[in-house]
Amino acid sequence: MANVLQTSFLPSTSSLRRPSISGSKGKSQSLQVKAKIREIFMPALSSTMTEGKIVSWMKSEGDKLSKGESVVVVESDKADMDVESFHEGFLAAIMVEEGGVAPVGSAIALLAETEDEISEAKAKSQSSSSSTPQVVEEKPKQIEEAAPDVPAAAAAPSVPVAKAVTLGSAVHPASEGGKRIVASPYAKKLAKELKVDLGAVVGSGPLGRIVAKDVEAAAVAVPVAASPAKPDPVAPGIELGTVVPFTTMQGAVSRNMVESLSVPTFRVGYTITTNALDALYKKIKSKGVTMTALLAKATALALVQHPVVNSCCRDGNSFTYNSSINIAVAVAIDGGLITPVLQDADKVDIYTLSRKWKELVDKARAKQLQPHEYNTGMLFHVSIVQLDDIDAGIFFGVMLFAYLLC
Amino acid sequence: MHSICFQATGVPRSNYIFDSCSPALAISKPINLRFCGLRKEAFGFSGLTHSSSGRVRFSSRGHSKKVSASAESNGSPPKSFDYDLIIIGAGVGGHGAALHAVEKGLKTAIIEGDVVGGTCVNRGCVPSKALLAVSGKMRELQSEHHMKALGLQVSAAGYDRQGVADHANNLASKIRSNLTNSMKALGVDILTGVGTIVGPQKVKYGKVGFPDNIVTAKNIIIATGSVPFVPKGIEVDGKTVITSDHALKLESVPDWIAIVGSGYIGLEFSDVYTALGSEVTFIEALDQLMPGFDPEIGKLAQRVLINPRKIDYHTGVFATKITPAKDGKPVIIELIDAKTKEPKDTLEVDAALIATGRAPFTNGLGLENVNVVTQRGFVPVDERMQVIDTNGNLVPHLYCIGDANGKMMLAHAASAQGISVVEQVTGRDHVLNHLSIPAACFTHPEISMVGLTEPQAREKAQKEGFEVGVAKTSFKANTKALAENEGEGLAKLIYRPDNGEILGVHIFGLHAADLIHEASNAIALGTRIQDIKFAVHAHPTLSEVLDELFKSAKVKAAALSHGPVSEPVAV
Repeated sequence: MANVLQTSFLPSTSSLRRPSISGSKGKSQSLQVKAKIREIFMPALSSTMTEGKIVSWMKSEGDKLSKGESVVVVESDKADMDVESFHEGFLAAIMVEEGGVAPVGSAIALLAETEDEISEAKAKSQSSSSSTPQVVEEKPKQIEEAAPDVPAAAAAPSVPVAKAVTLGSAVHPASEGGKRIVASPYAKKLAKELKVDLGAVVGSGPLGRIVAKDVEAAAVAVPVAASPAKPDPVAPGIELGTVVPFTTMQGAVSRNMVESLSVPTFRVGYTITTNALDALYKKIKSKGVTMTALLAKATALALVQHPVVNSCCRDGNSFTYNSSINIAVAVAIDGGLITPVLQDADKVDIYTLSRKWKELVDKARAKQLQPHEYNTGMLFHVSIVQLDDIDAGIFFGVMLFAYLLC
Repeated sequence: MHSICFQATGVPRSNYIFDSCSPALAISKPINLRFCGLRKEAFGFSGLTHSSSGRVRFSSRGHSKKVSASAESNGSPPKSFDYDLIIIGAGVGGHGAALHAVEKGLKTAIIEGDVVGGTCVNRGCVPSKALLAVSGKMRELQSEHHMKALGLQVSAAGYDRQGVADHANNLASKIRSNLTNSMKALGVDILTGVGTIVGPQKVKYGKVGFPDNIVTAKNIIIATGSVPFVPKGIEVDGKTVITSDHALKLESVPDWIAIVGSGYIGLEFSDVYTALGSEVTFIEALDQLMPGFDPEIGKLAQRVLINPRKIDYHTGVFATKITPAKDGKPVIIELIDAKTKEPKDTLEVDAALIATGRAPFTNGLGLENVNVVTQRGFVPVDERMQVIDTNGNLVPHLYCIGDANGKMMLAHAASAQGISVVEQVTGRDHVLNHLSIPAACFTHPEISMVGLTEPQAREKAQKEGFEVGVAKTSFKANTKALAENEGEGLAKLIYRPDNGEILGVHIFGLHAADLIHEASNAIALGTRIQDIKFAVHAHPTLSEVLDELFKSAKVKAAALSHGPVSEPVAV
């Protein structure tokens, strides 16, 4: 296991339209938004309004706002209305763009009291989307390397099947050896929405250009979350023939792997047609919900109905049922793997779950996960392995492991 | 020479105007005042009431005086002409002029070197609207959620390209023959061949390889129109790099087409192509897409017509070189920054449509024989469409209408100008108010406008020292629009609160192109808001959108107490 087993999971894609300010909680600073940086909320323009669409921003980032001045035009179920600012200050960051939708009460922009705080507010609002689209380029290499290393026993919590999109568009004839990306307009739009790096997508359209379905395939394929720092390809930097000790994390993973070998396991593979799931995903994707969150939620709900699956055996004699349903999903991070936990996944609504998941992933990548966030007693692990696009449907095998970490 | 007898018409003809002192108005039916936005000064009346049966006072020249005067201005005694009026070009402009001329009793001939109907019928308005009708229906049928909201299910709507192309073609043929027949029936001589001016009041025409014919006419109208303009560096092959002429034949529907120019022609084609399944990339030289529209409408149009569709764009760039596709290679477009001229990007697409405007078709007209020089190809004219020569003098008896003069390159503007000229040559002075001429873009939803845009109005207001009022309403408030589930739309009225004058109206929404006429009529007639707001609109109709606008405009109380406005409508 020269290299860690990389988990692959869906990127927690969040378009800029996502209304929450989880970004501000992304850093492990205080969760409270500083008093000097205020949020502008989506107002309820009528008693029946649950969400509003931003028609246009009347002010741009950096503009001074006075109390009572119209900032944005919001479309409700009845009419377009101007929304005023309740405070004086500067429009620091616009979090929901024109045309975007936000639930009533969610933040749509940040207002900074002074000009200096504008950049701070901006940083807060952007840290949520700061994890740049993974540099998917190197994923193929890593996966290809990792694949042969994976022990045949799929006891591993995550087996990345190297089915993911391989080499980028360097093969495109028109792209002059990778210098230019040739993608159709719709493909470009989708790539922006789904946060797919076009440089890594193989084009299957005429003359090798990238078309929409290539982007869709890449988005649901198994991108490896490269670290925001240097995307170090695996090959260079390792001298062959040398002995390199494990890092702590690698050691921990290795230990757990070995331990898991002593746990009785069985595998169940199930083919599921996911039309309903796709439809749901399409609908709420724009609100920042990812496939991971959806699967975690689905798992949690399933566990509610079958609690025995969420139990463990400690003494060889009895079931110990988990008091709560905590779903841990593996996240690959630089140098290893960690499993942040979504607590009470059955009780939390899908949007909050998504947001929480996003936070956890960001923290994990920034190596700022608190122990309680990855280690809450008994957990149910979900690893998303492979999402393959066959024909027009998405067919995936989700391997749920009765992997019990007691 | 006498008037030619013809069948089936209700308009009795008189002899030539010039040698009869009887008014040209020896027609049984009363004068139809063509209100193409007549300047009230021209008519010199202060009231807004006219009935079509009343005669109108003319402020200027009596007919007979004018007639003999002009006959003498030739410097030669009145000679007999073959025709009262010769029109060079049988497009929309020429046709409109010809019909009106016949109604006024003029012996008219029209010279056409290609096909009757010109651009509009064969390569413009007619086939494009046919294609847009198809694309509108396609888009509707394919919009699952739109259909579902109405409770409908449509399975896999598809199209047959040839069928669509045939629809456009057949329509063009039909209209072309209607036009031809209407002129023939009225006794207009249709002369085939390319027309050239050889001297004052003298035209020659002829087909290649045949001897030329020379005809003389009292008045000549140039109505030769325009052709698609192709900037240099762009190689058009008619298959992969095309202009609107080729596109309207719909010989193919490319997967990815780049449209150079985001004006109304480019916009309409993007609507057609995206509805038929293509993806589109706009290449626009200015920084803004759809530069000709009112900015607020343009913004909304972008949100609805571009963002949600499979369209992307590059602004602020020129396409310096476009190479057609060959040997398996795609069409290659090289872009440079419009300001710095630095190379910016290269696109590889399946096809490119050049929609960068139209160039006047005035070569070979023989203008030099009357001492006229074109400006960038356009024939210089004054506000009465009279041609101006190189010394700045008006060339007598020579007029130019339509795209060839560049004043307002729209089909209905051409025919309005033609009518204006015929009015003048039959003794009534007439100056067309171009601000009352509406324009429309037939995307889905449609865009239409008349008058000034908001920035233009504000600029004028600043110069002339008046306030500008803006009233807006959404189609969301309109019952009919909502019933059709087409609530996306905006109507905007720009007006003067001090006197209720309408400066401009802009509409984006369902049937905008039809709705605008209430506003353009009001501007043409000088109707003020305080008068028109009491007009009743049927319910539920889309026209209530305009009713809303008029009712929500705030005209100052002072204006309400005045009688009919005697100020001129802006020209």
